[in-house]
Amino acid sequence: MADTTSSRPPTSGPAASRPGARDIARWPRLTPLRFTLLVAAGAVLLASIGDVAPSADRLIGAVPRMGSLLERMLPPETDPAFLGRMGLRLVETLQIALVGTLFGILLSFPLAWLSAAGLSPLGRLRWLARGTVSLFRTVPDLVWALFFVSAVGLGAIAGTLTIIVDTAGFCGRFFAEAMEDSDKRPREALEAVGARKLDILASAVVPQCMPSFVNTSLFALELSVRSSVVLGIVGAGGIGQELKSAFELFQYPKASAIILAIFVIVLVMEQLTDWLRRRLG
Amino acid sequence: MTALLKPSPLNADPAGPTPAAPAPAAAAPLISAESVTKRFADGPAVLDGVTLAIRRGERVALLGANGAGKSTLLRALVGLIPITGGAVEILGQRFTRQPTARQRATLRRRLGFVFQFHGLVGRTSALSNVVNGAMGQGHGWRSWHQSLAPAALRDAALEALEAVGLADRATARADTLSGGQSQRVAIARAIVHGPDLLFADEPAASLDPAAGLDIMRLFTRLAADQARTLVYTTHDMRHALEHADRIVALKAGRVVFDAAATDLSERDLEPIYRG
Repeated sequence: MADTTSSRPPTSGPAASRPGARDIARWPRLTPLRFTLLVAAGAVLLASIGDVAPSADRLIGAVPRMGSLLERMLPPETDPAFLGRMGLRLVETLQIALVGTLFGILLSFPLAWLSAAGLSPLGRLRWLARGTVSLFRTVPDLVWALFFVSAVGLGAIAGTLTIIVDTAGFCGRFFAEAMEDSDKRPREALEAVGARKLDILASAVVPQCMPSFVNTSLFALELSVRSSVVLGIVGAGGIGQELKSAFELFQYPKASAIILAIFVIVLVMEQLTDWLRRRLG
Repeated sequence: MTALLKPSPLNADPAGPTPAAPAPAAAAPLISAESVTKRFADGPAVLDGVTLAIRRGERVALLGANGAGKSTLLRALVGLIPITGGAVEILGQRFTRQPTARQRATLRRRLGFVFQFHGLVGRTSALSNVVNGAMGQGHGWRSWHQSLAPAALRDAALEALEAVGLADRATARADTLSGGQSQRVAIARAIVHGPDLLFADEPAASLDPAAGLDIMRLFTRLAADQARTLVYTTHDMRHALEHADRIVALKAGRVVFDAAATDLSERDLEPIYRG
């Protein structure tokens, strides 16, 4: 046992004597191709700034108009009939967010399992599930809202379907990553006693991933509340519809009241999810 | 402990007797490996023509330095990894590359496996981890958690925890247990279904010497009490000499000697660690 050190292969040479030298050797070099790509990327960025970034003149010219708009927005509307209608729309917004997030999480869970490397019962066909999650995630929520408004008509149902798909895309990806990153040793131990893939998921993977699942779900809820606020702009229910009408009819005090209400709702929801995260963490 | 000597309700095969596993003749080996070879990708052979026969009730230590192939051999014998060449016969199930799904199910019902790093699920209780050990016994979702388990399974799990001296920590979360306690829970998980065969891969290597010795004594006692066959890997000569009936030494994927532990001394074993 004592001579095991002497039997090790010799570790000589500059890389061994200078810690980190090997890492430095791996740093990318500025090859002609990389230099060309860097210059091209810089040119595209500069051209984009020229095309769409606001110029100083435009910004300075807009300040008086912004001031005038803010003046017309204040004070916010306090008519009880309007506040009552706004309250109902806010409740609908929260309902869209909550129900959509709940069903989205329920849908994302099997999608995550089916797409997780090393865990999916689909084997090589897991790309089908992964592709579905990518599709849900990469298409923006307003585009999904337009799709569902066309499919099921105007109103909260289109909004809820949008939030379901949006949440399934978001949670599906992060749930799958958490599953893949879970400790493999309990999985191997259960495999050795004859566990099936579903047993391993339920007994070894889910308990390990639960803190990550809870965190991701709470973030998804925050995102859903923000999304559900704007979905009404394209007719998918919620407070967004009132906001759109207020701006279109130049009812700026009503618009400011709605914006204030949205601010309060989002803030309260963030505080609530932070508190839940601390409680459940 | 005494209760564990009785036939456990968990031993009952829900599919009835397995025709593919006839009772072996008294002298027939329980496990046999014939010229087993294992290569990972295009690398060198990790197992190079290993031939081995283990009889019922034997306590066999697979001894060798790191990288000698002992863990690979242990996993290959139970079909946890596919072999590249040769054949394995275990509990009447013969396979070449790897066992079929049916063979695997039969094997899992009759053997227990303990890993070096115990592989417990940290966020669940010790009892739930032990209940999980019966997953191959046809309980389905009821073996996912102790709260879902039928009374017979929960009783068997408590009994297994009692056998390893941890009944009082049954409700403790697994990630609050010490290394030695965790390994005891892993052993309870491996024996909850009353297996004929117990495999352990370096069961004491991640523990301090005192805890490691306790674990080896526990293994020896459990194997002797139940007349179980015990096969374990170790790189510790004393764990092999003091707790095994027989020592199979491996070096570079080959069996270099196979002898009764009583015929060997530390001096005989030292050459297997030399380069």
